[in-house]
This record gives sequence, C-alpha cells and structure tokens, in this order.
Amino acid sequence: MSFDRIREKLNILADAAKYDVSCSSSGGTRKNNNKGLGDSHSSGICHTYTEDGRCVSLLKILLTNHCIYDCLFCVSRKSNDVKRAAFTVDEVVELTMNFYRRNYIEGLFLSSGIFKNADFTMERLLLVCKKLRLEQNYNGYIHLKTIPGASDELIKEAGLYADRMSINLEMPTEAGLKLLAPEKSHADVIKPLDFVQKNIAQFSADKKLIKHVPKFVPAGQSTQMVIGATPESDKDIMYTANTFYKNFSLKRVYYSGYVPISDDTRMPVLGTQPPLLRENRLYQTDWLMRFYGFKVQEILNDANPNLDIDIDPKLSWAIRNMQHFPVDINKADYKMILRIPGIGVMSAQKIVQARKFGKLRIDQLKKMGVAYNRAKHFITCVDTPYQIKDYQGTQIKAFILAESQSKYLKTDSNQLILF
Amino acid sequence: MIYVFDGSLPGLLTAVFEWFERKPGFVSLKSMEIFQPEAFTEVMVIDTNAEKADRVWAGLQKKIKKTWLRNFYCSYLSEIPEAYQHLFQFTIYIFQNPVGAETNYGNEHVMALSKYAKSVEREKHRMEAFIRFQKTGDGMFYASIDPDFNVLPLINNHFKNRYADQQWIIYDLKRKYGLHYDLNTVEEIIIDFTTEANKKNPPTILMDEKEELYSLLWKDYFKSANIVARKNTKLHVKHVPKRYWKYLTEKQLG
Repeated sequence: MSFDRIREKLNILADAAKYDVSCSSSGGTRKNNNKGLGDSHSSGICHTYTEDGRCVSLLKILLTNHCIYDCLFCVSRKSNDVKRAAFTVDEVVELTMNFYRRNYIEGLFLSSGIFKNADFTMERLLLVCKKLRLEQNYNGYIHLKTIPGASDELIKEAGLYADRMSINLEMPTEAGLKLLAPEKSHADVIKPLDFVQKNIAQFSADKKLIKHVPKFVPAGQSTQMVIGATPESDKDIMYTANTFYKNFSLKRVYYSGYVPISDDTRMPVLGTQPPLLRENRLYQTDWLMRFYGFKVQEILNDANPNLDIDIDPKLSWAIRNMQHFPVDINKADYKMILRIPGIGVMSAQKIVQARKFGKLRIDQLKKMGVAYNRAKHFITCVDTPYQIKDYQGTQIKAFILAESQSKYLKTDSNQLILF
Repeated sequence: MIYVFDGSLPGLLTAVFEWFERKPGFVSLKSMEIFQPEAFTEVMVIDTNAEKADRVWAGLQKKIKKTWLRNFYCSYLSEIPEAYQHLFQFTIYIFQNPVGAETNYGNEHVMALSKYAKSVEREKHRMEAFIRFQKTGDGMFYASIDPDFNVLPLINNHFKNRYADQQWIIYDLKRKYGLHYDLNTVEEIIIDFTTEANKKNPPTILMDEKEELYSLLWKDYFKSANIVARKNTKLHVKHVPKRYWKYLTEKQLG
C-alpha cells in the first residue's frame, strides 16, 4: 500500500463523508474486559474541532463514494464529476486502530455510497465491524449507517457490533425528497429504523429476564435532515423531528444547513451562504423539546410557523406568553423555572436545591450561573426591586436586544437612529 | 489567626481537625509555599498527621454524597490558593450542619467548590480529548502535557482502561512527574530530561517508522473534514483554546 494512494483515498472519502453532521460518540457502554483496545466514555469525547467549529470525535469516512443513486443534494451522486475511490476492509480497520491508539478519535463512523446493491454494500460494512470487534479486540465506538433496502438479517447482525446506527431522512418532507431524489422515499428510511428499534426493544426486554444478552445498538439510532435546500417551514421540520423522536425513540435528529454543491435550478445557487443561524434556532428548539419539557406545538404552530431569527425560541415563547410571568424563584416548581429565559438546566437544579436552605437573593442567582440580565424580566426573588410599570412582551424584547449582541450579527446595521 | 499547612491533602484535613480542637473563630489557611508572615496575626503551623486526616475524611464520607467527595478532591487538585481556604471553610460548614448541607448553593463555599470542581473536571476532560500519543521505536506510546491543574490522578483510570493493550507514558512537564502503564499497572515516574531538546518531543529518529504516516494521515483527515463555507474561527478557538494547540498533531505545520 503506497503512502500517496492511501492519503488520496482518505482525502476523497473523508471529504465525501463530512456532510453527515453527526459526530457524537455518546451512549456507548462497551467496557474493555478483554484487555483489548478501547473503552467507552458514556458522554463521548470530542478530540478536536474543525475550523468551522464542529466536533471531531469519530473517523468519519465512506467505504466508497461510488454510488448507483443520483440524489441532487449529495456530492457523491452518480452524475457528479468527482474523483471516486474505495477503501478495502483492511484499510479501514488499520486506519481506525492506529488513529484510536494515538488518542486521535473515539471511534469509527462508517458510511458508504451504494455500489452494486444494498446488500452487497451492507455486507462490506458489516465485515469491517466484525474484523474490528472479533479480530482486533476493539471496544471503541462504531457508528454505522444502515443501508436502506439491505436485508433484515444483515441489519440485525450489524446491530450486534455497532454502538449507534443511523439512516438519514435527508429532506424534512416526502414532497421535498421526491423533488430532489425521485428514486427515494421516507418509507425506505422508516422500515429499517423501525426494524432496528423493535430489535433494541426486544433485546432490552430480554435483558430483564436473561443475564447475558449481547449488546444491540446500545447508543440507539439517529437521523439527519438537510435544511434550506427545499422550501419547508420550521414547523414542518420540527413536527417531522418530533414524530421521529416519538415513533422510533431516536437519540438525536440532526439538522444540516444545506451547503450548495449543485447548480441544478431546483436548489439554492452555488455560493449561497448555508443557513447557519436557522440551523442554530432549530437545534435550540430540539433542546427545548428534549430537555426543557416544551411541546413542539407550544413553540411552532399555525400562528408561528417559523422561528424568530433575532431571538432564541425560549425567549420568543416567554414573550408570547407573558401571562405566566413573573415567576417567583422561591416558590415555583422546577418545570416552570426551566421555562424562564436565562435559566438553564444546571442553574434550575441548583435553585430548587438551594432554596430549601433559605430564600434566594439576586446575588446568589448570579453566582449560580443564571443569566440575570435576561432572567430579571421574568422573575421575582427576595430582593427584586419593586416595579410599578408592567412591561409588554415587545418592550422586554427591545430591552434584551438592546443590551445583547447577537453572535451572528457581524456587521452593525447602518440604519440611522432617529430617536 | 493563620494556619500554615504543607500543601498536601492530609495537611489540609489535619488543619480542619486542629480547628475543631480549638475553635478559634475565623482562620485563614495558607500553604507553606505562599505563606508570608504578617505583623499582628497569630500563626500556627499545622503538623500533618495521617490519623487526624483520616478521621476528618471518614467524617466527610459520612456527611456528604460521593459526587461531593469528588468535588472536594477536584478542588484540592486545582492547586489554587483561595481554593484551600474554601475547602477548609466548606469542611467546617459541613460538620456544623445536618446531612445534606452540600446542596446549599446559596452558601459561598459550596458554590466555590462547585466552580473549582467544574474547572478541574473540564481540564481533565480536555486532557482525555487533546492528548496525542506518539509511538516510539520501542513500541511505547508517549505524550507530554502541562495542564492548568494537577489532573494526572484523575485521568489515570481512563487511559488505563482504554489503552490496556499498549504501553504508554503521559508526562506532566509542569509538575515534573508522569504515569507509565506497563500492560499491568500504572506507576508514577520521574524522567530526568538531560537536554532541553528532549523536553517537547522525543527526537524523530526514536519514532516508530509508521508514526509519520499516521500523523500525516490525521492532519489530512482534519483538513478534509472541514467545510470551508461554514468557517467559524471564533467557535473553533472557543472549543480548542490556543494554549492546547501545542498538543495537537493536527495543529502542527507541515
């Protein structure tokens, strides 16, 4: 194997894999009991960050970028004129082992273009996993792409060696997908997601009865949607995400701002900036759904089909629902405290623990990590100054915007200030 | 009143024991290293005593949850002079109050320990992430570090469990000691670096023949994984502060 050829292959196949944004290595439970290599870290470790600020935790590569499909949103589409390459199974195994040994990575993220057919591709992916686990005693993380259309037996066997499996929805709605990839449908994704989910449930049910049950996809499943390539509203996107979280117990849904890679007229033109701020707001909404007890319908509905760009969705919800505020920090229940803008999960937990010892003051809240300048409009505590005026939501929004500088507004507006 | 202790954990715990023997009111606790005599303040030098320290530690184990024993230990490892004072007063506060007092985040010592522990845990996590081993000619995986806090005792288990089938050394250049795993146990070692040149990295001649290939492949990979259209230097530097770049293979030129 020549130096230059392996370098070239890695460049091509890492470059083609980078649009898959998931790089999480959390949820692994594999322990190093065989004196082999690797031991999971339950919350995962980001070993470095690319210059675009994304975490690099896994060696994320395609086995090959040869593909029989021609999906418009994908760099590896059949009709695209790019260099093609393919790793051998042993090359992937060796790269993974050697990167892992040097503490470069938490594990392997293996995906692939579809060559010949789904089963042929899935078999090769499975072979990599088996070699790592069985021959190399490797206990590091493996994130494996489920190839839609692969046979149940192959998918089930792969689940015994992988920590996480994922299949991308690609477009938030069926209509969007049909527009850009007529050969594909959401049903192709739902079938294997459902199959893996049922197996995960079965294995964990068995575990309650039988002592030694092998691990089956212990870190669960995830999916990804491309944002901004087709004209869906934020409501469409998040309602789809919500359905998939519910129906398939997904660990994560990823939102990937579309980076223009095609000059087809159905897509945003080349050189268009990826919608980073919108992507950020969608992730914030995702967090509110998963960790803050919000229902997606509270944040996005027919009256508000899109998220505010200038303020985050939690603040936006609070301003629309001023009837719930101000909240008394010393009395309100945990769920309500979590909904206050400027208070996160950690500080909310600290507040409910600390107030058992005495009523809380402003300076104590600040020390606990509450973003007080934001929260002050929505709370009362022992020494909150008495206020006669009852501000409207829009006024509060103006106060907060005036004193905060959004990280996304890089250039100040040139608008003259009249008053 | 000033208590001066030797900077060790048993020393700090002994100081707590001595305080309860005498109950002298407010005491400021200083380590020998930074102690400066003051004209009108009484000074007592703490004579570290393992038995007394064990009694205080056993008492703490009964009073606070495991996660808080960990916070306590992490705060100690921060080596920050003010942290010693907070640890001292935290311990007194815990013993003077009913079980569960450590969740009183309104208390300044509780909050201080919680913050120190967070910083130290973050540094520990960064070491687990940013350490880059280089394979030497004799099959040893070597990495040197100079972390903000004394985190070697905290990362020991992580590396021992993870790299069970390879020999490795992690050396703290700032504190001048390291850990060596010999495929069975981890032991503390002290290396005498005779020449300044050896300090940073072992010379390339001593490296495994494939070391250069893999570090090159890793640098390539790091470049390929980047999406130029999404460039965000501010975020990048926030996640990987510049002081850690010296560890990172992918951040070296060439």
